[in-house]
Amino acid sequence: MNRKQERSPLVPVPSGFLMREEDVDKTPVLEIRHLGVDFGGLVAVEDFNMALGRTEIAGLIGPNGAGKTTVFNLLTNEIEPTRGIIMIDGYDTRGRKPHEICRMGVARTFQNIRLFRNMTVLENVKIGLHNEMKYSIGEAVLRLPRYWDNESISDMRALELLSFFNMQDMAGWKAGSLPYGAQRRLEIVRALATNPSLLLLDEPAAGMNPSETVELMNNIRRIRDEFSIAILLIEHDMNLVMGVCDGIVVLNYGKIIAKGSPEDIMSDPVVIEAYLGKADQ
Amino acid sequence: MRENRKSFFGRTILNTCLCLAFFLIVEYMIGAKILNRYYTNILNLVLIYVIAAVSLNLTCGYLGQLPLGHAGFMSIGAYTAAIITTRFSIPDLGPISGEAVLFLLATIAGGILAMVAGIVIGLPALRLKGDYLAIITLAFGEIIRVLVQNIKITGGAMGMGGIGRYTGFGWGFFWTIMVVAFTFLLVNSRHGRAIKSVREDEIAAESVGINLTYYKIVAFAGAAFFAGVSGSLFAHHICYLEPGNFGYNMSIEMLVMVVLGGLGSISGSIISATVLTIVPEVLQTFASWKMIIYSLLLVVVMIFKPSGLMGDYELSAARLVRKVFRKKEETPKLPENYTEGEETDE
Amino acid sequence: MNLINHLINGIHVGSIYALVALGYNMVYGIVKLINFAHGDIIMAGAYVAFFALDAGMPTVVAVAASVAFCVVLGVIIEKVAYRPLRKSAKISLLITAIGISLLLENAAQKMFSATPRLFPKIIEGGFYIGERHISMTTVVTIIVSAVLMAGLTLFVKTTNAGKAMRAVSEDTEAAQLMGINVDKTISMTFAIGSGLAAIAAVLYCCSYPQVYPTMGALFGIKAFVAAVLGGIGSIPGAVVGGLMIGIAEALTKGYLSSMWADAIVFSFLIITLLLRPAGILGKKVVEKV
Repeated sequence: MNRKQERSPLVPVPSGFLMREEDVDKTPVLEIRHLGVDFGGLVAVEDFNMALGRTEIAGLIGPNGAGKTTVFNLLTNEIEPTRGIIMIDGYDTRGRKPHEICRMGVARTFQNIRLFRNMTVLENVKIGLHNEMKYSIGEAVLRLPRYWDNESISDMRALELLSFFNMQDMAGWKAGSLPYGAQRRLEIVRALATNPSLLLLDEPAAGMNPSETVELMNNIRRIRDEFSIAILLIEHDMNLVMGVCDGIVVLNYGKIIAKGSPEDIMSDPVVIEAYLGKADQ
Repeated sequence: MRENRKSFFGRTILNTCLCLAFFLIVEYMIGAKILNRYYTNILNLVLIYVIAAVSLNLTCGYLGQLPLGHAGFMSIGAYTAAIITTRFSIPDLGPISGEAVLFLLATIAGGILAMVAGIVIGLPALRLKGDYLAIITLAFGEIIRVLVQNIKITGGAMGMGGIGRYTGFGWGFFWTIMVVAFTFLLVNSRHGRAIKSVREDEIAAESVGINLTYYKIVAFAGAAFFAGVSGSLFAHHICYLEPGNFGYNMSIEMLVMVVLGGLGSISGSIISATVLTIVPEVLQTFASWKMIIYSLLLVVVMIFKPSGLMGDYELSAARLVRKVFRKKEETPKLPENYTEGEETDE
Repeated sequence: MNLINHLINGIHVGSIYALVALGYNMVYGIVKLINFAHGDIIMAGAYVAFFALDAGMPTVVAVAASVAFCVVLGVIIEKVAYRPLRKSAKISLLITAIGISLLLENAAQKMFSATPRLFPKIIEGGFYIGERHISMTTVVTIIVSAVLMAGLTLFVKTTNAGKAMRAVSEDTEAAQLMGINVDKTISMTFAIGSGLAAIAAVLYCCSYPQVYPTMGALFGIKAFVAAVLGGIGSIPGAVVGGLMIGIAEALTKGYLSSMWADAIVFSFLIITLLLRPAGILGKKVVEKV
């Protein structure tokens, strides 16, 4: 596979970050400056800076406990940052509730899958489409035309999204009864249903075998190309990270220790040390 | 997919016919004195409890929260409506009885005031997670009780008498249909899905753009409104209110009905409210053991079937009809208990 | 009656609330459950002590019997009703706890009828400080509560079993991996909480000498309010919350009317939860995502 050629090179932009060539002239979908959070007295994340182009796939890696999921939780305001600014499409996210962040265009999946287990696959996706549908409670209870129009459109949209992962036949299943891999895919579909401009994937390959991981890699690229959105992912599987990401950020003890293209990261002595310990040990 | 316009109208017509048939039969039986006063009393009580249980299911079963102050909302509705009907009167307008209009307005007012109380208590309470909500609603119920005991307009600890006996089968049935239809139609919409998603996983719901507070309040307010309505019907059924009527035990009785019937099953709530109201009325020996049996039921059901006996399964007249007509080779089962026709809306 | 007297009364009742609040706090800390049955364990303890004293047993034996009974009751409730549900949805666990609470109340009603029994006076006398009369009951209540709370704090801070309790409430799974017997630790927590409840029951009956099936319900809930107010999961929090509720109640009864006392206590709860959901001494818990 000649992935290197597929990738567009990262070039510096005026704000000082690196970005894919085709994203250079556009507002970055995500810009984080000096982000930090304390838990009690403990500094969990410190001086976290990054920017993400509109169609970039970026990886957030680092040893266990480095604060990767915390960064995701900060991005969705699940945890409020102590310091720093997060901007989505150029808009500050401070003081917004997680559901407002979602409306700003950030969707996510979770490390431990969080589906609406007792609801059907279709319903799960339709909850993702909640804000795409426009009808009031009154219109719903009286079953006015807007209810039927919105519902039938969103049914079609949900099935279309499910068919992206070839899951349209499972629409009637209870989400909790899906096999593990399908649950992970459903979570992604549900996130895509919210029409995001940035998709956060928290360990999407966890628990997958190598062939499933390869499929996932292709799917991640397909998502980026077909929906033309940016993807930020946390992953431990280095084959996936190196294979699919345009840029990589390495986190250790809540701080960024390295940033750059997969090639740079792979040969960076600091990163190797963080993962494997010092050479003389 | 699940319901398209055509099948929905078909089912609506079917259910309307069933409800109408049920209504006419019962009205005929009451008129012909087949159902004597004792039975109509029980019937009214059943409908009152059905309304309360179905509305509690909205917060308990669909929203997945545990409010322990349902009786508090009922008492707000009961006193509001009773105060209105005992103080005002509306003259008859031709064929329309002024009494009926007054009762309708009073009941709606009771519901609205309960709803307002629900929103006022819900706004702060719903920011808190599960068990705090239970305790804060319990505290709220107790505060209401103390208030009712200590203010003049409710008659204080002496109670409030002279309330007209307006609640009849017609009113009970009307409001039952209202609450069942409202709950069913709400739950099967984007708003209902949002409410259910809160029950399933708050963090995930938030992450796909569901406004948790808003939907908690919606469910809470809806439940409180119908609790108020059932309180009003209750007041005009027993005609005499005292603060002790709406205690913690009543909230718990509602909870048993919902839990037993199935968290998230409207027909489950209807069936269990019916059974749990009739059995202690008819079997006096049971009545003295009632609370012990209720408490054991709660524990046993939770341990062995946490979603309640019916889970989220709904009875459906339409499904029954379809079954009967499709499988002609089988001896078609007659709808065994016709009364359930009104209780099945899907 | 004047302010000082009300305050002393408040501290007296408050220290009983604190003892009960400790039980709620420990159980909540470890299984994240409002043990609705806790108040009814107090009722059970009161009945046992009453019957023991009625049968002519010495006070110490009666108290011991009450403690022993409550410990066993608490542990059995946890084993039979709560343990099978430890992994299931929170709402199921809460409903079960409510069920158990109702069961205890109504079983007591069936067995002993709803008529209140008069609890014998076991602490008599009192003394004067200047003009002010202070009853022995007040002194004993405050001293016993203080000693028990100090002992419990020491136990939790220094002993292995206490450390295990803290570890389990911090992170059950990690504690298990570290070789702590979680089941045993939880049983022990229920045992200690219920034992404290029994002593609280006897102290309560010394000041309000009536034993009846629903005596624990409202008392328990108010103690829970004390626990929330002080900060759930914190031992000093329970003490602070208990004392505050006790004093607030005594002042309301003294200056307003006893009818409003419950409403005031519950308003306290609502205001606390609004302003500081974690309570006065509690720490904010961040849910793992």
